[in-house]
Amino acid sequence: MIIYVLCFILLLVGLYGVLTKRDLIKIILSLSIMEYSANLFLILFAYRQDGVFAILSKGEQAAGMVDPLPQALVLTSIVIELGITAMLVALAVRLYQKYNTFDITKIRRLSG
Amino acid sequence: MILPYFVVIPLLAAFLISLISGKKDNWAIILAIISILSLLIISIVGFIHALDNNVLYELSDWDIPYTICLVMDSFTAFMLVIIHLIALTSLIFSISYIRHLSRSWKYYSLFLLLIAGMNGVVLTGDIFNLFVFMEIALFSAYALVAYGNRSEEFEASFKYAVMGSISSTLILIGVGITYSAFSTLTLGKIAEMVPETSPAVVNWLRAIFVVGFGLKAAIIPFHAWLPDAHSSAPAPISSMLSGVLIKALGVYVIIRLFFSVFGMPATFSILFKVLGSLSILVASFLAINQWDIKRLLAYSSISQIGFIVLALGIHTPLAVMGAVFHILNHAIFKGLLFYNSGSVEMYLGTRDLRKMGRLSKLMPVTSATAMIGTLSVSGMPIFNGFFSKLLIILAAIQAGATYSAIIAVLGSVLTLAYFLKFQRYGFLGNDEPSPEGPKVSLGMKTAMITLAVLCVLTSILIIPGIRENVLTPVVDDIINKAGYISLVLGG
Repeated sequence: MIIYVLCFILLLVGLYGVLTKRDLIKIILSLSIMEYSANLFLILFAYRQDGVFAILSKGEQAAGMVDPLPQALVLTSIVIELGITAMLVALAVRLYQKYNTFDITKIRRLSG
Repeated sequence: MILPYFVVIPLLAAFLISLISGKKDNWAIILAIISILSLLIISIVGFIHALDNNVLYELSDWDIPYTICLVMDSFTAFMLVIIHLIALTSLIFSISYIRHLSRSWKYYSLFLLLIAGMNGVVLTGDIFNLFVFMEIALFSAYALVAYGNRSEEFEASFKYAVMGSISSTLILIGVGITYSAFSTLTLGKIAEMVPETSPAVVNWLRAIFVVGFGLKAAIIPFHAWLPDAHSSAPAPISSMLSGVLIKALGVYVIIRLFFSVFGMPATFSILFKVLGSLSILVASFLAINQWDIKRLLAYSSISQIGFIVLALGIHTPLAVMGAVFHILNHAIFKGLLFYNSGSVEMYLGTRDLRKMGRLSKLMPVTSATAMIGTLSVSGMPIFNGFFSKLLIILAAIQAGATYSAIIAVLGSVLTLAYFLKFQRYGFLGNDEPSPEGPKVSLGMKTAMITLAVLCVLTSILIIPGIRENVLTPVVDDIINKAGYISLVLGG
């Protein structure tokens, strides 16, 4: 149980960073932390006490294995998050070229 | 089987465009229009087919709980028709509008990826697959919002991407909890197992998905990204985002999850009514305050989504019919109004209502179609917006939800108020502004006139006799949870 709580705290750390940090790069990093914690959640759901990796070979029992499906899901979601992070970094670079700063309090042409 | 083609054709065309086009965009335009036109035709054929018998397609040779499936009932097919209708007019509008920004094939490639993602979300019967397609659609939406290369657009796109990623993370956690509670990701199988699962878990899942997909649909407490993103994007993309994307990714998924899969208990019905009423009222008041023509339209989108969510909260067949009809109508008239704002912006070089004036001589087609769009969105009789709002208000009175009915009426009056401002300053002002940009081209006029005609034509869907053949089957498929389960699991 404690490990789920720690994972949830990791999520909150990420959310706190996204909401309070003023630097674009720090926001992107906090977003990554959030996404890591989501992936960790999925892996934790799949874990079984004393489970072994899910490769079926001769003499192995399927019953003792961890659930492989969430691991496949996490692999997909890591790829998606890589794309999103690259996109955000590209946007941050373009914003820096336009405004000469990473500080979001100075990047405010839109309002309301 | 036609279902995979809805994803395959736009995806293939998107990458083919990047291969065959050099520096020019001619081939990209031709390929994009051919693929969207063919998709529109097969989606209409699919809709006619889906009225009688729903279609299930399994992506591999394994049986249902293990394979990913695509499901098409008449509601899915209805959404597909809307998506491709708006996409086709948007492409026709784009040709000269995007050339005025830059001549590049990249726009068309991203546009087709957006279509592929939305089609996937609408068709899929697997909750993780839905997440993946949603990310494809959002990814191209972020890029398209920033397409115009100005600093506000990067700012809006960054904001949109951060908010979108937060909600996607939440949805991913929701998917994880779903898998751990039900040991399956197929929506039909989950729907079958919901009654046997502890209500606490299911309620948590409902709450997570309301927040996650509510952010995509821009229901009011989660709306902050929409006015920036939708007003900064190029006009044809604004109309795609406002007209279709928030519905395919937000409202459609909420309807699918709450009507076909998890079910809607009384608590969530009240929550939907409250969120819907908040969206209608707050967004209307914010819209009255705006001087930027596209921001006004973006706030109006939030308020119209509020009508749909309110109708979903009322939860009777009549209210659902109102919601479904309003989805179609809002896509048409909001698409039209964003095209109008785009042609005004291109011709006059401004989006500020105060700098516009008497445009009926300068831009006769734009101001005439803008008038039709205005009448339609503010709910004047014979235009389609009147009938869907009438259905929602009638359903609220019939279900005994008096407050909802009052708020819906008040919302329609406020809509009229801010669109009067839109007309008074934007198109019927006193002074004649001087044009700066290129004239409105034939393609842009065609797109605007098509949607203006559809604004009047779609009201015939309400006539008894036609209604039973088009809207009623859609509503039946939404309400009929057992039908969805037996469609997916029966094979």
